[in-house]
Amino acid sequence: MNIRGLFILFFCTITGSGLWAKTIEVCYSCEVASVKEAIAMASDYDTVLVKKGTYKEYNLVIDKPMTLLGKGYPVIDGEDKGEIITITSDGVTVDGLFIINVGTSYTSDYAAIRVIKSKNFLIQNVVLEKLFFGIYLEKSQHGKVYNNKIVGDAVEEFNSGNGIQLWYCQYVDIDGNIVQHVRDGIYLEFSDNINISNNRSSDNVRYGLHFMFSNNDTYQNNVFENNGAGVAVMFSKEIKMIDNIFRKNWGPTSYGLLLKEINDAEIRGNTFEDNTTGITVEGTNRVRYEKNDFINNGWALKVRGACYGNIVINNNFLYNSFDVSYNSKLNDNVFDQNFWSSYTGYDLDKNGIGDVPYRPVKLFSYIVNRTPETIIMLRSLFMDIIDFSEKVSPVFTPDKLIDANPLMKKL
Amino acid sequence: MLKILKYSFYDLMRSRWSYVYFLFYLLLGFVLLFLNNDLSKAVITLMNVIIVLVPLIGTIFGVMYFYNSREFIELLLAQPLKRSSIFLGQFFGVATSLTLSLMLGLGIPFVLYGLFKSDAIWNFSLLLVTGSFLTFIFTGLAFNIALSNENKIKGFGYAVLLWLFLAVIYDGLFLLSLIIFEEYPLDTFSLAAAMANPIDLSRTLILLKLDISALLGYTGAVFKQFFGTNSGLIISFGLLLLWAILPIWSLSYKSRRKDF
Repeated sequence: MNIRGLFILFFCTITGSGLWAKTIEVCYSCEVASVKEAIAMASDYDTVLVKKGTYKEYNLVIDKPMTLLGKGYPVIDGEDKGEIITITSDGVTVDGLFIINVGTSYTSDYAAIRVIKSKNFLIQNVVLEKLFFGIYLEKSQHGKVYNNKIVGDAVEEFNSGNGIQLWYCQYVDIDGNIVQHVRDGIYLEFSDNINISNNRSSDNVRYGLHFMFSNNDTYQNNVFENNGAGVAVMFSKEIKMIDNIFRKNWGPTSYGLLLKEINDAEIRGNTFEDNTTGITVEGTNRVRYEKNDFINNGWALKVRGACYGNIVINNNFLYNSFDVSYNSKLNDNVFDQNFWSSYTGYDLDKNGIGDVPYRPVKLFSYIVNRTPETIIMLRSLFMDIIDFSEKVSPVFTPDKLIDANPLMKKL
Repeated sequence: MLKILKYSFYDLMRSRWSYVYFLFYLLLGFVLLFLNNDLSKAVITLMNVIIVLVPLIGTIFGVMYFYNSREFIELLLAQPLKRSSIFLGQFFGVATSLTLSLMLGLGIPFVLYGLFKSDAIWNFSLLLVTGSFLTFIFTGLAFNIALSNENKIKGFGYAVLLWLFLAVIYDGLFLLSLIIFEEYPLDTFSLAAAMANPIDLSRTLILLKLDISALLGYTGAVFKQFFGTNSGLIISFGLLLLWAILPIWSLSYKSRRKDF
């Protein structure tokens, strides 16, 4: 950094915070006892410091760059009357508030915190309870949503909202949040270049994380547990899904991960454990599955059709009731060098790769697709016998679907 | 009855076959654990073995023992003893010794490989309990067959056929009927059919523990009620108990009326 740069930085620091910015305190006994009033009084780059207490307010509109900071988690109670905080300016920070009782409406999406057409916002350490929508970002860019906790009380899909919703947003970081008991934990629509990491989304009515028409996004190191379905990625391109954990999504329409109309995605290093279906895919092209662990799922990978050019490589398939299920005889996807716990072949040349190819689709999974009640025959001796005969000469299952180089040891 | 039970139990404990059976399970347990070193995986593999093998051995052993000790039974019948206690004593002697071989044979290797420290202990104990139930059920059925057939060859034939039917053929017919009638709602039927066969019943019981995530993949209210709650476990155990009592009851009923 040269001298000029240093000088500019120094100048900015002095002017930005030291000289002009002031702090307005809000508490019961202060000069200002209402958050709304304090926001109205504040000028650009001021801080409104809200002290401990309960403030019954809603429709707080922040229309200038400023910081709304809570000390000791002050409660802002909307009393179910409507939206609570609306941000319409660039450079706003909201920090350390406890917001409850957002109004439920069937005509407008009331949110605890809404950001409209703004840049460089930061929302952190906020706790939201009894909400309709939690943090709603629309047409906003370059923002951060850090370490918030959102606990809803959703029971049905139609009268509940999403924890964190992004609509036409770009370059937003969502990190370290906890979202529970809402409709969709995190929902993205038409949002590109979003980075979602280290979040924990659980017990949601619909999806833990939901993409719609959103491209070039990344989510990593998140945990999705016990949701209606873990993550749904639909109609999106170039999504990276890395090192996430999908657990305990149980039920007939429950998936760890649901992919629908996805192109060029990357799924790497994830763990799918104890789900009814680990991943269900429909209409996906050129998706690469690498180094994932599928453990104890009902179905590890369910392929429903129109999937071309996908690559499944170096994954561990451990103790799933069914490894792969296909509903057609056509296969254009590559399975290579995975470890399958139900592989029974041998490795005479000791190169770590089994000498006979593995067929991940069993006849039984074909039968279960056709007549779902037959699931009760799982692990019966008769089933094993006909599975074996199908393995020897495939008639019903796609005969080209093989892992030609199954690994002998777990990765 | 207890005296006869004790006698036949000790008699079997000294016999070669009990040891062979015990050593077989011991070897099986050790080999399985040696090969994959993972208790939970070994339990799954063992389940497949137990569900097929235990009934087979129970049946063969039951029939064999009954025919072998026929002279001894006739001797006992000449004594002032209750008939039912003679047969039941013998039955319990055989079933208990088989169960003991199973439990010790499998228990020792698993305990040595650290069963008590792992979370597979519940699955393993469920496996042993179902294994014991199957031993009792199939020994009972074998005694019934042996009692109604004087001809040894015929008796053996029926016993093996019974095993083959319940272990393999039944499932085949079951599957066929499910596919033929796939247009109809079948969840109640499929549950009932699984309950009507002790081997399927024990399989279901173990599935409840091991493959619950797959079982919940089917949309059916009856299935959901059965597999999603504890009622499945309770009903399965109840029926298994019923299956164990039924052959014993019929054995004592038949033995009272049988003409020697």
